[in-house]
Amino acid sequence: MKRLAAFLLILLFAGPGAQAQPRLVPEVSHRQVEIRYSFTGAELLLFGAILYPRGRLPEERTDVAVVLKGPMEPVVVRERRRVAGIWMNVGRARFRSAPQFYAVASSRPLHAIIDERTAAIYELGLGNLQLSPGGGIQAEELGRFEAGLIDLMRRGRLYQEDPRGVQIEQGVLYQARIGIPASVPVGTYTAETFLIQRGRVIAGAVREIRIEKLGFEGFVARAAERWSFAYGIVAVATSLFLGWAASALFRRRA
Amino acid sequence: MDIYLPIAGLSVNALMIIALGGVVGLLTGMIGVGGGFLTTPILIFFGIPPAVAVASSTTQITGTSISGVLAHTRRKGVDYRMGGVIITGGIAGSLVGGFLFRLLQETGQIDTVISILYVVLLSSIGILMAKEAATALGILKTRGGPKPQRRHNPIIAMLPMRWRFYRSGLYISPLAPLILGFFTGMLTVLLGVGGGFVMVPAMIYLLGMSAQVVVGTSLLQILAVTAATTMIHATTTRSVDIVLAVLLLLGSVVGAQYGARFAQKMKPELLRLALAIIVLGVAFRMGLELTWRPAEIYTVQLL
Repeated sequence: MKRLAAFLLILLFAGPGAQAQPRLVPEVSHRQVEIRYSFTGAELLLFGAILYPRGRLPEERTDVAVVLKGPMEPVVVRERRRVAGIWMNVGRARFRSAPQFYAVASSRPLHAIIDERTAAIYELGLGNLQLSPGGGIQAEELGRFEAGLIDLMRRGRLYQEDPRGVQIEQGVLYQARIGIPASVPVGTYTAETFLIQRGRVIAGAVREIRIEKLGFEGFVARAAERWSFAYGIVAVATSLFLGWAASALFRRRA
Repeated sequence: MDIYLPIAGLSVNALMIIALGGVVGLLTGMIGVGGGFLTTPILIFFGIPPAVAVASSTTQITGTSISGVLAHTRRKGVDYRMGGVIITGGIAGSLVGGFLFRLLQETGQIDTVISILYVVLLSSIGILMAKEAATALGILKTRGGPKPQRRHNPIIAMLPMRWRFYRSGLYISPLAPLILGFFTGMLTVLLGVGGGFVMVPAMIYLLGMSAQVVVGTSLLQILAVTAATTMIHATTTRSVDIVLAVLLLLGSVVGAQYGARFAQKMKPELLRLALAIIVLGVAFRMGLELTWRPAEIYTVQLL
């Protein structure tokens, strides 16, 4: 609520500006998402205002698309095929930059509001992700692996496309809700907002969101990485203690 | 009650994991197996990454085996000399296994290898055990009476250097238990199992150890090798999830105590038959998975 009040205050001052181009003032409900012991996913509210020159709404309809994108990582996609009656990994393809999370929401279906080239430039839509495949693979084969990757991530809710996820209020206020699943990777995310008119992007703005493991969970994850030997010792000691404690407890009661 | 697992990177129902630990613990107490062969596949089924499932169930087995070792030590049911030899082999095997694990992970064949190993091992051991238990219960009739049991395996008797193992009642080459330990150590790393279900029959039928020390010594070996394996996973694959291991342990250490009490009231042959059926069930399930069209054709791995 405090954040919303501050946001409205900014709007009040920035509102009646005399710019020639429309501007976007984006905001997100959380600048930071904390993963704690009971984390089962979160819902982010991406909202903001569209500031038109002289505060006048344009005659032609405008649309809004928002993209929440996670950190880029290189990945290997493997394909199972049947070999001598057994399903095993046979083919594989590398992608140098696959977003670990990608959600796009728009006020109308993307293909209806934006032309293909612009969509490709701004990486709008799951079909336009630039995954930078590694070499040594046929184009049609590559398409299969790409489709496999996108389908898998989509079913894990790590890739999402919501063609009616953005609501625009009276032409100037927009909002979109994006759900992130519990299996979301940590890192710096970007929330991009695009104002689209006649198939072109006429304004854009970016906000950063940090998704972090905090508290005990963060400590455990960091310890496992940084002090792996001590972590192993603690794991062994904990399990030995629990096993011994149970047998001591039950022996006394018996 | 959902709990976030920091290493696995997802939320699970804590009560479900504790219950799984409890069931596995019950088996441990009743039959004397670590239960890793059940835990690992079920964890993978819950959506936990295979590497994390293997590593964390190894940690859990350490905890469940300690109480068994303590109980058997009190009853003088542990041959520490034999245990020492097997553990030496086991730790060497787990180091080699760790190397193999990484190699297979890089080439993407780890899942297939794990499944094939499970199917081969579990089905052969399951059939052996079922036959033996059914014969003991009188369900199956042996033709021409029981075969005269050979005390010494001829290949093992050929090995050089003989040591005396008093508690096991053996005078054999230490190379035999060393090699046996080596292979189970490798299995521990690759499959996330303690190896009790391989070790116990091998100790009885291959080495010919006396029955009183078999379970205790096997548990000692499991304890040492799973502890070493946890360290190997913690420092190389970094996939030991301590929260997951503690949840499993909460169930299994309690389950093991109740299991031990049930075991005293039941016929041991009946227990072994039950274990054989469970083992065969798991083997059948994994075999189906290998040959049926999998739900996921594609898998994604971070580099």
